Amino acid sequence: MSMTTEATINELAAQKYKYGFTTDIEMEEFPKGLSTDIVRLISAKKGEPEWLLEWRLKAYAAWLKMEEPEWARIHHPPIDYDALYYYAAPAKAMPKSLDEVDPELLKTYEKLGIPLNERAALAGVAVDAVFDSVSVATTFRETLGKAGVIFCPISEAVREHPELVRKYLGSVVPAGDNYFAALNSAVFSDGSFVFIPKGVRCPMELSTYFRINARNTGQFERTLIIAEEGASVSYLEGCTAPMRDENQLHAAVVELVALDEAKIKYSTVQNWYPGDADGKGGIYNFVTKRGACRGRNSKISWTQVETGSAITWKYPSCILQGEGSVGEFYSVALTNNRQQADTGTKMIHIGKNTSSTIISKGISAGHSNNTYRGLVKIMPGASGARNFTQCDSLLIGDQCGAHTVPYIENRNASAKVEHEATTSKIAEDQLFYCRSRGLSEEDAVGLIVNGFCKDVLKELPMEFAVEAQKLLAVSLEGSVG
Amino acid sequence: MLEIKNLHARIGDAEILKGVTLTIPDGEIHAIMGPNGAGKSTLSYVLSGRDGYEVTEGEVLFNGENILEMEPEDRAAAGMFLAFQYPVELPGVGNANFLRTSLNAIRRKRGEEELDAVAFLKLARGAVKQLAMKEDFLKRNVNVGFSGGEKKRNEMLQMAILKPHLAILDETDSGLDIDALKIVAEGVNTLRDEKFSALVITHYQRLLDYIVPDMVHVLAGGKIVRSGPASLAQELEASGYAGLEAA
Repeated sequence: MSMTTEATINELAAQKYKYGFTTDIEMEEFPKGLSTDIVRLISAKKGEPEWLLEWRLKAYAAWLKMEEPEWARIHHPPIDYDALYYYAAPAKAMPKSLDEVDPELLKTYEKLGIPLNERAALAGVAVDAVFDSVSVATTFRETLGKAGVIFCPISEAVREHPELVRKYLGSVVPAGDNYFAALNSAVFSDGSFVFIPKGVRCPMELSTYFRINARNTGQFERTLIIAEEGASVSYLEGCTAPMRDENQLHAAVVELVALDEAKIKYSTVQNWYPGDADGKGGIYNFVTKRGACRGRNSKISWTQVETGSAITWKYPSCILQGEGSVGEFYSVALTNNRQQADTGTKMIHIGKNTSSTIISKGISAGHSNNTYRGLVKIMPGASGARNFTQCDSLLIGDQCGAHTVPYIENRNASAKVEHEATTSKIAEDQLFYCRSRGLSEEDAVGLIVNGFCKDVLKELPMEFAVEAQKLLAVSLEGSVG
Repeated sequence: MLEIKNLHARIGDAEILKGVTLTIPDGEIHAIMGPNGAGKSTLSYVLSGRDGYEVTEGEVLFNGENILEMEPEDRAAAGMFLAFQYPVELPGVGNANFLRTSLNAIRRKRGEEELDAVAFLKLARGAVKQLAMKEDFLKRNVNVGFSGGEKKRNEMLQMAILKPHLAILDETDSGLDIDALKIVAEGVNTLRDEKFSALVITHYQRLLDYIVPDMVHVLAGGKIVRSGPASLAQELEASGYAGLEAA
């Protein structure tokens, strides 16, 4: 091995998970474990109105009667819900302006590549920074406010825009929807709220950056995005966490509502700590994401690049209710080492002439397991509905697994549903071809994997597509040779 | 200069190369001809470092450096280039991106400055034009949906951009019509200078009408059994390979 190759590999190894640091900051935590008292405490801490407390308590009661879902192809030791902290937040009071944010926190986000200082920020992107259980800063609020866009922590929206929150919260993902959604509904502590009024094209990309820092803490954020008639918005979320030996739970809920002619583009670059090479530690990413295309010709597009987390369980879905509405799901899920992913989508066609597109790219390396699970459901009233699904799996090495579980339920004879699926391996001749042109083995794999994912990556906003490409290459470190 | 000394190589239990000795000085083009199964492709893969071939004896020096211990990518950086008999498809990988990634990987290893997108595009467009290719060639995915001729032209495009010191052409002429053949030949001939050398592996003599070699070697039964000037190729075309293997 030459010096340069060695240097490259060392460099790659070093940046394997470069977000694994912790922030030393004084925290306020509620006692461990879950009870009605904790639910009340969270609600009181947030100064919530009575109806929301009632809603939480109902969700908690429903959760107590539910069982963890077992149908996914994932395995983990039982989660001790009483050993978790359900609320952890920086002890200092919520700052009123960006200038008052704790410098330690500013430093943390800077290290993550998300400067919260508006002058240093990525041009054209407004950020809501969520640290453990609370939002610590939201940038560009003034600029957005001028356009009539509301972008704020959801806890603030509950206080400032209660009528909107009450109208839409839980209207797409009901409090008792599933085990993890019920848990989230009971204990969610923060998240982002976005409201784009009628006819407004959001002037900036919006993004939320989630950071888990505290030990033994679950993160339960809730995001609600509403696009009124003719409004459009592009939203992006990113996530990282420190490297810790124990597993941490992240159970989020995201609800999207699109009215007539509205468009919501929701992109995720998920890079939670995946655990070490032996599967120790890492985030359990159990997330419910769903969008309702309520209006005529509305459109919801999900794009996700999932490279992190020990276990990923998520199915960003679209309910295509409005006539002519469009749902899209573009996904890259990459698993390495001992990671497990069970992810996909549900496209529920209710309205006439609704259409959906599903492009899923699964990459499995190491000893990992990667499952695409998807449902395309055409209801009797969905005349002229169309779906196109393409699921491709790429295997690297021979110790990993790729699984495709598509469900199709068609109850309308005029609907057209297409499904294509492929499974392939990175061929030895592809690697050799690249290497004979001067590429290292790691770079060759990165190039081939990025080519495999191209149809999905091109859906990401430009700035993030480049990051996502790098992330894919880094996440595959150690999977070859 | 490439010096192959008593090279023995095997795949699994089968010994394919049984003592190949060959020297190609700078500035020269040598052709290797021979019957099917003589070990021609094995020789090209061993020289470029493909996995699965075990060298049991001998050495290969490239500009005085033993390359057998080097990774394929380091051989590329040292200036070697293999034009594949069957160029490989890379779905989703744009030709321009692939070329630029390759060129910059090599430049980086040589301690040279990387080319930015603008400088690269200028270089690539010039090469595309010279090889009489359409410009959309750069936008297409590497070899995906290419005809046989287009794939071979793409190899020549890569060679023109990477500018190797030594090119190994592994039956690049197979399956080509006469026009494509001329383009491949031109690709090699334009690189010809006192520092460039090439090893042209071919089953047929016709490519050598366009790339006139300094020497022709016959590989049979894992050894060089005859060497001679360019005229040897015509002689072989007339008499065939029969009788050479026993020699």
